[in-house]
Amino acid sequence: MTALIEIDGLTKRFGGFTAVDNVSFTVARGEVLGFLGPNGAGKSTTMRMLAGFMTPTSGTARICGHDVQGDSLAARKALGFLPEGAPTYPDMTVQGFLHFVAAVRGFNGSEAADRVSHAIGLTTLQGVRLQPVETLSKGFKRRVGLAQALLHNPPVLVLDEPTDGLDPNQKHAVRELIASLSAEKAIVISTHILEEVDAVCSRAIIIAGGRIVADGTPAELEKRHPSGKLDDVFRDLTMPRDPSKQQAA
Amino acid sequence: MRNIWIVAKRELAAYFATPVAVVFIVIFLALQGVLTFNLGNFFDRNQADLAPFFNFLPWVYLLLIPALTMRLWAEERRLGTIELLLTLPITQGQAVVGKFLAAWAFCAIALALTFPFIILVNVLGRPDNGVIATGYAGGLLVAGAFLSVGAALSAATKNQVIAFVLGVAVCFVFAVASYPLVTDFLAKSSPVLAEAARRLSVAERFQGFTRGVVSLRDLIYFASFIGFWLFLNTVIVEHRKAD
Repeated sequence: MTALIEIDGLTKRFGGFTAVDNVSFTVARGEVLGFLGPNGAGKSTTMRMLAGFMTPTSGTARICGHDVQGDSLAARKALGFLPEGAPTYPDMTVQGFLHFVAAVRGFNGSEAADRVSHAIGLTTLQGVRLQPVETLSKGFKRRVGLAQALLHNPPVLVLDEPTDGLDPNQKHAVRELIASLSAEKAIVISTHILEEVDAVCSRAIIIAGGRIVADGTPAELEKRHPSGKLDDVFRDLTMPRDPSKQQAA
Repeated sequence: MRNIWIVAKRELAAYFATPVAVVFIVIFLALQGVLTFNLGNFFDRNQADLAPFFNFLPWVYLLLIPALTMRLWAEERRLGTIELLLTLPITQGQAVVGKFLAAWAFCAIALALTFPFIILVNVLGRPDNGVIATGYAGGLLVAGAFLSVGAALSAATKNQVIAFVLGVAVCFVFAVASYPLVTDFLAKSSPVLAEAARRLSVAERFQGFTRGVVSLRDLIYFASFIGFWLFLNTVIVEHRKAD
C-alpha cells in the first residue's frame, strides 16, 4: 500500500486562534477515511489546506507525492475536491458547468463529452442536465459538486460533507458510489453523520479543537466505549469534560 | 494560454446568462447618446467629428465599469466558487487574466455597438475616420485601465457594494489627476507632484488618442498601468482568497 495522501504537521492559526493544530496522517490507496468532528473542529480547514486552497501556517501536505504548496498544479491534477457547501456557478447549466470543468482539466472534444456524460451517469443527474444549477434542489447541487470532483477519475478524492442535504435514498446511492470507487483511490470524506462511517469508511479519524483525538477502524473506535456505539465514543472524545471549557467548543 | 481562454469564455458567457449584459449595454448607449447629443452639442457644433462622444466616454466608464467589475471576484468569494476555481489545475494568474480579458471583451462589444455614431457623422459630413479609429482605440484602453483597477478592488472584498464604491473612487482619482483643480493644488506644495499626477492621469493620456495621436509612450503607459493592477489583483487573490 502506498500513501497517496500524506499530511505532515499541518497547522493553521487565525490570529491567536489555532484552528488546526499539528495534524498528521496518511491515507493509502484503497482506504476510505472518515474525517469526523463537531462543527468548528477544523475539518474544513484541514481539507482546504490539503486541496491547496488555504496556506498552512506550518506543516505541509502531499498528494501522490506532490507538495500542495510547492508543486501545486501537479497536486491539484491528481485531486478531486468537493468544497464545503458544494459551490457551483448558479447561472450555468449542469452540463455547461461540467464542460467548463472538463476543459480546465484538459479534456477536449469527444473525450470531454464522454467524461461529462460518465460523471452525469455516476451521480444520476441525467434528468437535470440542461437546467441552470440555481434552479436545482440542495441534493442535486451536491451531486453536481460530486460529479465535478469525479470527472477526471482522480486517484485522490477529498469530499467535504458529500451527503449533506441528500435524502436517505440519495445518501445511500452516494455511499454505494464511494464504496465502488474505493478500491482504486484514496478517499477522505468529512461528515458528522456517524452511521456513514460504519457504512463506507475503512478508517476514521476524530478531530476536536484542531487536534486528532482518535484514529482507527470503526470497529476499533467502537470498542473504546462500554456501549460499543460510535455515538458515545464521539461524545466522550469531543465534549469538553470541564464545564468552564464548554464555551470554547 | 488555453486556461486563460477557458476562464475568459466562461466569464463572458456569464455576463450574457444574466440581465447584466443587456442592462449595461442599454444604459451605456443611452448615456453616451444623451451626453453626446444634448450636453455635447453634437449638432450645433457643426463639426464632423466625434469629440463630444469621446469627451464623455471616460466619465461614463467611470460610472459603469466598476459596476461591471464589482462582481468579478467578490461574487466568487460570496458564492464560495473561488474555492472551486482555485483548486482546479489553473494558476491564479491565469484566473486573474482570464476574468480581466472577459470583462474587456465585453466592454469592446459595448463600445462596438456605438457604431451608429460613426455612420451618423459620416452621413452628415466628412470626418477624419483615422482620428475616430484612434479615439476608439484609446477608449478601449481607458476601459482596460479602469477594469484592471475595478477587478483588483473586487478581489479585496466579499461585498459587491464596497467593491463598486472603491472602484469608482480609485478610477476617479486617476481620471481627474490631470485637471487644474488637482494639479494646481499639488503645485502649491511641490511642482514635481503636480507633474507626476498629470503623467499618471488616464484622462490626459486619452486626450492624445482623441486627437489622432498614438504615441508609444501612451501605449507603454496603458500596458504598465493594466499590468500593475493585474499583478496587484493576483497578489490580493493569493492573500485574501481563503478569508
